[in-house]
Amino acid sequence: MNTKQKTVRISIIGFGYVGNGVAEVIRRKREAIASKYGIDLKVVGIADLKGVIADEQGLSEEAIQALNAGKNPGDMTGLELIRDVEHEVMVETTPTNVETGEPGLTHIITALDAGRHVVTSNKGPIARDYRMLMELAAKRGRELKFEASVGGAMPIISLVQDNLAGNGVTSIKGILNGTCNYILTRMADENLPYEHVLKEAQEIGIAETDPTKDVEGVDTAVKLVILANSVFGMNAAYKDVTVKGITEITLDALKLADDAGYVIKLIGDVDSDGRLEVAPRLVPKDDPLNVCGTLNVATIKTDLAGEITVIGKGAGPIEAASAVLSDIVGLYS
Amino acid sequence: MKVSMSIELKDIPGQLVLALQPISDFGGNIRSVVHHRDKKTPSGRIPLQLVLEIEERNLSVLVDRLKERGVNVVRIGEERLMDSMVVLLIGHIVHSDIRETIDSIDSTGFAEVVELSLSMPGVDLKSSASVTISAVGTEELNDALAILEAAAEKKGIMVIASI
Repeated sequence: MNTKQKTVRISIIGFGYVGNGVAEVIRRKREAIASKYGIDLKVVGIADLKGVIADEQGLSEEAIQALNAGKNPGDMTGLELIRDVEHEVMVETTPTNVETGEPGLTHIITALDAGRHVVTSNKGPIARDYRMLMELAAKRGRELKFEASVGGAMPIISLVQDNLAGNGVTSIKGILNGTCNYILTRMADENLPYEHVLKEAQEIGIAETDPTKDVEGVDTAVKLVILANSVFGMNAAYKDVTVKGITEITLDALKLADDAGYVIKLIGDVDSDGRLEVAPRLVPKDDPLNVCGTLNVATIKTDLAGEITVIGKGAGPIEAASAVLSDIVGLYS
Repeated sequence: MKVSMSIELKDIPGQLVLALQPISDFGGNIRSVVHHRDKKTPSGRIPLQLVLEIEERNLSVLVDRLKERGVNVVRIGEERLMDSMVVLLIGHIVHSDIRETIDSIDSTGFAEVVELSLSMPGVDLKSSASVTISAVGTEELNDALAILEAAAEKKGIMVIASI
């Protein structure tokens, strides 16, 4: 129990599912975090296409609801909020753009320049400009954390960097896209063709209207790039990844795999030799990588600890917010 | 470990027992013996192909003992076709001549296609196959996979390899 509280003021830039999830978990966990870690988390600003709101005393629930409802859009820009409203941590949760990294890239640079720590779930800027951003953060004496960008709630970056510190990591392979895992699991279990299961996944919100990035393996590849750069110290880009998606997988193939004792999963694979590959692979049924539904999983191969496998929910606002929250708390403990 | 061994015996009575006795002395378990009487070496010796299971630490003493007994040990290896993997193929497998693809692996001498299951849903639809490849070792198995992948890529066939 800490008696002396440190107030940590937070801005949330990008207020969609994940941004709302972050606000929600901060509200839910505020007291517990205050008593356990001695830090008082306070959301002082939110920026979104819907508008920008700020209150240095902490935003009220009513103000947040009004923003979500499209009322009370405020008269500031997001960049002004990042620059001019005093706070310690900028949480960047805008959608990923793999090509340009924007708008997240500008948000992150602006926040670091203004002396804020940055915690993000946005894959684009981290995959595209990892080295530049880390150098900028170091120059400004601030931290840039991005656990939520890979594997959602599943801890992988901090697991390797903190808990497995001292280990040499030789490879990481796993399922990093819940949509593909759901589709392949359903196809195999229910004997339903790809197109059918994809439609079903879209109807229940597991796949997006344009599922290309997921099913073609792009999303997995971007996450691999983040792992390659952050865990393996590479300077990799998306174009360095060999990418094959799941759209060609047939029911017959799943059946043949089953007969031979395997399942088919979309596996992202990065190793210390610089191999970066996303492809459907045969996974032995008794392998820990054989997880079902929308779950994500990663097996980290290390020189001292051997193989470590983590399994967790890869998507969902609260799950992603869990990773954001642990990054925020990690900044102060 | 499972070991394959090629040895050569003098063509006089009693040699087979002479060669096999030390194996059981060192706790080895013979899995297979092939006696090639028809393939005498130029020096008139008879080749013998052995597969046995033996503790790794006993292997070199076994070899020494065999040599003491006048048995030529010409090759020792972990058993031939020790390693195998299942690979799936998706595409127009039959139209694009799967025979040729199999031959490209079988002709390496270090790897073979040992099993093939094919599923053909319809004339114009893509078929799927599971192929089991065995090879003398892990490296050779990966070489065989590379050969298969190269052949498949030319034919527009998707290869799903094991992790």
